[in-house]
Amino acid sequence: MSIQLERRKAVQTDEVAGYERMLEIREFENQINGLFAAGLIRGTTHLCLGQEALDVALAAELRPTDTVMATYRGHGVALALGLTPESVLGEIMGKTIGCCGGVGGSMHLADMTLGLLPTSAIVGGGIPIAAGAGLAYQLLGQDNVGVAVFGDGATNIGAFHEGLNLASIWKLPVIFICDNNVYGEYSRIDKTTPLEDLHMRADSYKMAHYAVDGMDVHATRKGIKEAVDRARSGGGPTLIEAKTYRFAGHSRADKALYRPEGELEKWMERDPIKLTEEDLVKRGLLDSAKIEKLRADMTKTIEGVVATCQAAPDPTVASMFENVFTK
Amino acid sequence: MAAMQFRQAIVNALADEMRSDPTVMLFGEDVAEAEGPFKTSEGLLAEFGPVRVRDTPISEMGFTGAAVGAAILGAKPVVEIMFIEFLGVALDQVVTEAAKMRYLSNGKLSVPMVVRASCGSGLGFGSQHSQTLENWFTATPGLKLIMLSDAQAAYSLTRAAIQDPDPVVILEPRILYAKRGEVDKNVKIEIGKARVLRDGTEITIVSSGQMVDVCRAAIEESSVNAELIDLATIIPWDRETVLNSVKKTGRLVVVEEAPLSGGWGSEIVAATTSALFSELKAAPFRITSPDIPVPYSGPLETRYIPTKDDVARQLKEVIATGKTPKTWWEMEGLK
Repeated sequence: MSIQLERRKAVQTDEVAGYERMLEIREFENQINGLFAAGLIRGTTHLCLGQEALDVALAAELRPTDTVMATYRGHGVALALGLTPESVLGEIMGKTIGCCGGVGGSMHLADMTLGLLPTSAIVGGGIPIAAGAGLAYQLLGQDNVGVAVFGDGATNIGAFHEGLNLASIWKLPVIFICDNNVYGEYSRIDKTTPLEDLHMRADSYKMAHYAVDGMDVHATRKGIKEAVDRARSGGGPTLIEAKTYRFAGHSRADKALYRPEGELEKWMERDPIKLTEEDLVKRGLLDSAKIEKLRADMTKTIEGVVATCQAAPDPTVASMFENVFTK
Repeated sequence: MAAMQFRQAIVNALADEMRSDPTVMLFGEDVAEAEGPFKTSEGLLAEFGPVRVRDTPISEMGFTGAAVGAAILGAKPVVEIMFIEFLGVALDQVVTEAAKMRYLSNGKLSVPMVVRASCGSGLGFGSQHSQTLENWFTATPGLKLIMLSDAQAAYSLTRAAIQDPDPVVILEPRILYAKRGEVDKNVKIEIGKARVLRDGTEITIVSSGQMVDVCRAAIEESSVNAELIDLATIIPWDRETVLNSVKKTGRLVVVEEAPLSGGWGSEIVAATTSALFSELKAAPFRITSPDIPVPYSGPLETRYIPTKDDVARQLKEVIATGKTPKTWWEMEGLK
């Protein structure tokens, strides 16, 4: 089994490994900021700090043969599904060891051995594509599931409504996961959307829908499992709204000064990593000494990944001419 | 005259139009409270209020279509599309609705709307956020298309577009937003008029957007006595200025940021060749990016976009040999 598939299996079978993956995502995202400041990453990036539980829950409940269409806020999904930190950071740094050979960048991560379709940088762009994955499975008689992960902002774009409607009338094996992190770009969701519970929109498509506590990995796994079971057994699509919070700004340039005072702090009390630690300690799976060691080890691991990626070669000019068409 | 950043020239143009015409309004994603992702609407919400300056949901088809309706019925909406790629989901409203309204109303309806969008490569935004995409619009009669190249063009042409009774798309090269330039608010640039930025006798260079600066630098490096024309309005383009220049120089190169196939430069090369065939000293040609998506990695993106050195090489070569220079990727055996 490849390292990547082993990484995937770990979060599916071991709760502590799932916790470690959340730590990995957290540490990874924190490092990205420093790398930008040091000029080692160009362009832009969209961090998923605060949304680690959803990413890991998704990876735990899906098979590698299911497909995920995620977004430009995709580092966490990629790591959770099993991509190595080297292949993700390598891509973000535009190096040959990146999962797309360096031509994709932060917003475009992919690995079909783990079911990760190329993440889309267009809001809502992946939603109908996930429906299309479900369509292929239906046609081919496979019991795989297509998943779209997208933000709250995407529920205002046509592709969301068209994709959901299609999935519903054709009863496609698809899960639509709205990661409601409260902000669409620089705008709070209540300024752009007239309803608080976004999953209600599935009502008009006669689709199963509910919200899950996206800060709680168990609750999120349970919600995803229900939808996966429905999809695999021919019960059609589900819209899940994971209530999360974006701890960082929209992108690199955004300091998120528009947040109401105290809002971030209130959500950080329900930091998914903190909640998971508390739960694992309570159940005797971890103690504070182990946590300290895991955290310290993770910092070291990610520092090593940074060093590896920095030392990795740039792609050749010839490489950008590849893969435009089938040769 | 005042020195200001390209983005400030846009702010000034919007503000001056809004001051002089109470029907001008602005909407788009994060343009009001956040004053624009690229700070191109700084101070506008404060001065003009939330009726005229509005944030929208991430719903490009919805708000671009609303601009069409509002424009028909008395408003002069300016919509901002954060990255030109985001107009993909709203292309129908621009190309198939707005551009046909006058024609389909027997000339009775007017659509005085402006779509502004950031565009272009060079900043490491990857293949879905780095295209120029001007060629999406070039086969759409009824639509005017502008690509900005400096602060003066930004000020004068944004004002001209808002005043224009027909729908206008303005592309703003993102890499220029922070660049400073002199702006004379009294200078008017007509839509459809090219700007001759440098007189020359040996070759006519027609360019647009961020490529204009590259051409200027290439002229300096090559010491070729080139006439540099910023086309400014891509549709309808200024045939008179271009043809008069080529009559004088006998040579033409069009420098575009977009990929080789399907570019507006082909139209200019074709029209010029047809009109002036017997007067040409060399075959008109184009310098473009290769036919590949914009790559992310720094060393690749830097090579992808036409460079000063490569433009300089081709300028010298066509004058010395009279033959069409090879592209850099042909020379390196890549395709």
